[in-house]
Amino acid sequence: MPNRVYRSAAQMAARQRNISVSEFFSKNRHLLGFDSPYKAVLTSVKEAVDNALDACEEAGILPEVSVEISKVRDDVYCVSVEDNGPGIAEEQVGRIFGKLLYGSKFHKLSQSRGQQGMGIAAAGMYGQLTTGKPMRIRTRTGRRQPAWEMLVSIDTAKNRPEVRKKRKVDWKKAHGTRVEITMEGQHRSGAHSVERYLRLTAVANPHVSLRYVAPDGSVHDFARSSPDVPEAPTEIKPHPHGVELGRLIHLLKHTEHKHLGSFLREEFSRVGSVTAKQIIARVDGLSARSYPKRVAKKQAAALHRAITRTKISAPTTDCVVPIGQAQIIAGLERELAADLYLATSRPPAVYRGNPFVVEVGVAYGRPGDAQLELDADGRIQKRPAPELDAEELIAAPGDPVALMRFANRVPLMFQQSACIMTKAVIDTNWKAYGVSQAKGALPIAPMALFIHVASVWVPFTSESKEAVAAYDEIHKELLLALRECGRGLKRHISKHKRLQQEHERRTHITTFLPHIAHALGEMLELESVRQERLIDSLDQALLRRRRKR
Amino acid sequence: MASKKKTPKKSRPRSRAATATPVRVLENAARSVLDTVERGELPVMEFPSRSLSNVRYSPQVGFFQLGPRTKRRALRANSAKTFAQTLRLMALSKEMAATGDFATKREAYYVSKNWGECRFTEQTESDAVMDDVEALVSRDGVFREQLGFVPEEHGGSVVGNLVVREQDPETGRTLSVDCGALGSGAYTVPRNVEALTLESNADFVLAIETGGMFQRLHSHRFWRKHRCILVELAGVPSRATRRFVRRLSEDLDLPVFCFVDCDPYGIANIYRTLKVGSGSSAHVNRFFAVPKASYLGVTPQDIIDFELADATHPLQAVDIKRAEDALKNDPFFRAHPRWRVAIEQMLSMGVRAEQQALAKWGLNFVIDEYLPRKLAARDTFLP
Repeated sequence: MPNRVYRSAAQMAARQRNISVSEFFSKNRHLLGFDSPYKAVLTSVKEAVDNALDACEEAGILPEVSVEISKVRDDVYCVSVEDNGPGIAEEQVGRIFGKLLYGSKFHKLSQSRGQQGMGIAAAGMYGQLTTGKPMRIRTRTGRRQPAWEMLVSIDTAKNRPEVRKKRKVDWKKAHGTRVEITMEGQHRSGAHSVERYLRLTAVANPHVSLRYVAPDGSVHDFARSSPDVPEAPTEIKPHPHGVELGRLIHLLKHTEHKHLGSFLREEFSRVGSVTAKQIIARVDGLSARSYPKRVAKKQAAALHRAITRTKISAPTTDCVVPIGQAQIIAGLERELAADLYLATSRPPAVYRGNPFVVEVGVAYGRPGDAQLELDADGRIQKRPAPELDAEELIAAPGDPVALMRFANRVPLMFQQSACIMTKAVIDTNWKAYGVSQAKGALPIAPMALFIHVASVWVPFTSESKEAVAAYDEIHKELLLALRECGRGLKRHISKHKRLQQEHERRTHITTFLPHIAHALGEMLELESVRQERLIDSLDQALLRRRRKR
Repeated sequence: MASKKKTPKKSRPRSRAATATPVRVLENAARSVLDTVERGELPVMEFPSRSLSNVRYSPQVGFFQLGPRTKRRALRANSAKTFAQTLRLMALSKEMAATGDFATKREAYYVSKNWGECRFTEQTESDAVMDDVEALVSRDGVFREQLGFVPEEHGGSVVGNLVVREQDPETGRTLSVDCGALGSGAYTVPRNVEALTLESNADFVLAIETGGMFQRLHSHRFWRKHRCILVELAGVPSRATRRFVRRLSEDLDLPVFCFVDCDPYGIANIYRTLKVGSGSSAHVNRFFAVPKASYLGVTPQDIIDFELADATHPLQAVDIKRAEDALKNDPFFRAHPRWRVAIEQMLSMGVRAEQQALAKWGLNFVIDEYLPRKLAARDTFLP
């Protein structure tokens, strides 16, 4: 056996030190969606756009966002995102962009696109790590304020922002923010492209005007189709049933309230004095006057159990803002050419104390696929095939349906199979609605499904926010919404099938009209003009019979 | 008997008097469709229902005929093709009737192959449509042969006191065939008997099942001695034979006696079809049935009376089934108690006897003994 060197506790202690968040990130960047160069570009765009839209909506501004990706050199791209939002106070810029886990969203429970305050700083850090270049930020908070431009980088060891070259600039924008990050990256088209992401964003946000300038210089405009800024979601306190023990201990320890009773009433939603008393009565040795900090040490677990066992009314649900049926259909119509648009917006429900809303939209049938329609005369006409976009969001005939997943209006681009939304689609019995489906698979139809989960806290399966975790309550609501759309779909499909059959029948009958005219012509020695007229009268008579029905 | 002077009866050709009728009947049907269409309505053609459940029999009428039920053919998805085919087949037959041409069912089927998507895919389809057309025009007294559709099979052989006249289609000269001057051969009934002029001074018609028996009676000039006309049925008689016998029976007012095997097939198929027609041809039995025919033999009673018991064969299962079916389902036999008795007698004896069984008593027993004895007691003939 070779001699082994064992270390003492003191020696080990010498090697133990703080891990900075930034260091952690650079080693675990896949957790945040920066695992490959092309995904890094997409994630950066995504984070910047999410922030821009959140800021605009919070300020009640109709968002106008422009995204530009330009190639610096091979495998290095510059991503810039500009909005017309409220701008950022100049002294905050550094912290917002140059410090991980800094922001307003993590500590509050409110429906917003971003959640952790991780995203845009992480994108900036990724750029810095791969190219050494800082972020370039330009922002202006109002017409009377100057526009500021500065370079922001992150001290990765200390998780601290470094702001350089801060200066006032001329900017024709009255307010807004522009972020520019240079990073190692790759550009792709297709299902996971920036363009697809923006297009899906346009579907779920009909009030947003988007412009995309691709690396090849081509410009894609996604025009606004609805003039209404969504209602601002209200902020709520956590519901007791959604609070885990660790969080409860944290809250007890840091509360400013001196008594347990007021702590419960003030820190949580849906707890009044009666409910607070009921909870406290379930724990031996605690009273409404107990000191929260002491409870945290001794009886927090008992208190947590007591909370779980006490019946507390469901959280208010007005804090979740659905897109709404009309807006979903407007969004679908804006980007997808289809025969049928359907949407369902479920009433709010609750998982683990968090209110949420499920919405489902359907775009069915590609208008190019030999569609039939009844004209005003009652004749069945083949609808001419319209010009199709190069990028078709509706599945081709014979392919599984295309899924468009959204969480708080943000498109989810990856990990489709890990998502509860996908599972709910598979668990729906599509055959009952006239759509074919193999067991345990997505249905096969020329269809796109729009699925949206909105919540004050969307339970993602990971920090990269690509799939929603499997909560029974969410699954159930998804099934209900999908079934409702399925019923509408069935009506459409069977109507179309009827039309198809009717068309075949009519064509079949019409085939024989010339023969009838010919035979009558032979027997009664009719001229060919009269025979032609016969065919015409027969056709007219058939049409009249159909109209009667 | 043969020397007795008698004025021959004469029958004019049927077709000449009715030349215009088949064409006009078809034209009328076509005109009614045309008028409907030109009024801006959808045409519907109505045909007698040829379903067996629509077949009626009453002894007063004397043959199977169709009841009042009809079926409609309209421009619907499942009938538009047949509708058009019906009209095209009518157009074909109008042309044939007008020009005097003809086609067999098989030929008509092949003519349709030039009709594009309107063509028939199986001959059974064109046969069915033809039957419908025939049922339609039969209401106006027209049948298929007059439309130019002739059967594949020719008629049986005829000899005896009969002169058949017709015109040579080429020269227009009248040709006459004396069926009593044919040597050992016989006159063959043509497919279309309407154009024939028939002349006879016979007393009756003897319709015989088998060719062998026909030949025996012919060779011994049975028809001369008994002043009759012999017709060979050759199994279940063809349309031509039936129509020919019908004209002899009706136009010349001759009694028709049927001489067939004593078995369910001879009785329930051959004789029954000759006399009252069949259910599947109920729409034309009015032209083909011979209601005045009666059954000379061989009867079950003959087996006893002529001691033929040791010349019989046991009834086969198929015979018994056919006999029981006749008793149970055939409206003709159900309407005639004497037939029920006779068939039940055959079933109880459990045997069948062929015409040739009479040869047990000598080859010419049938000529010398059997037929004279039977003809002398015509009231024993079964109805």
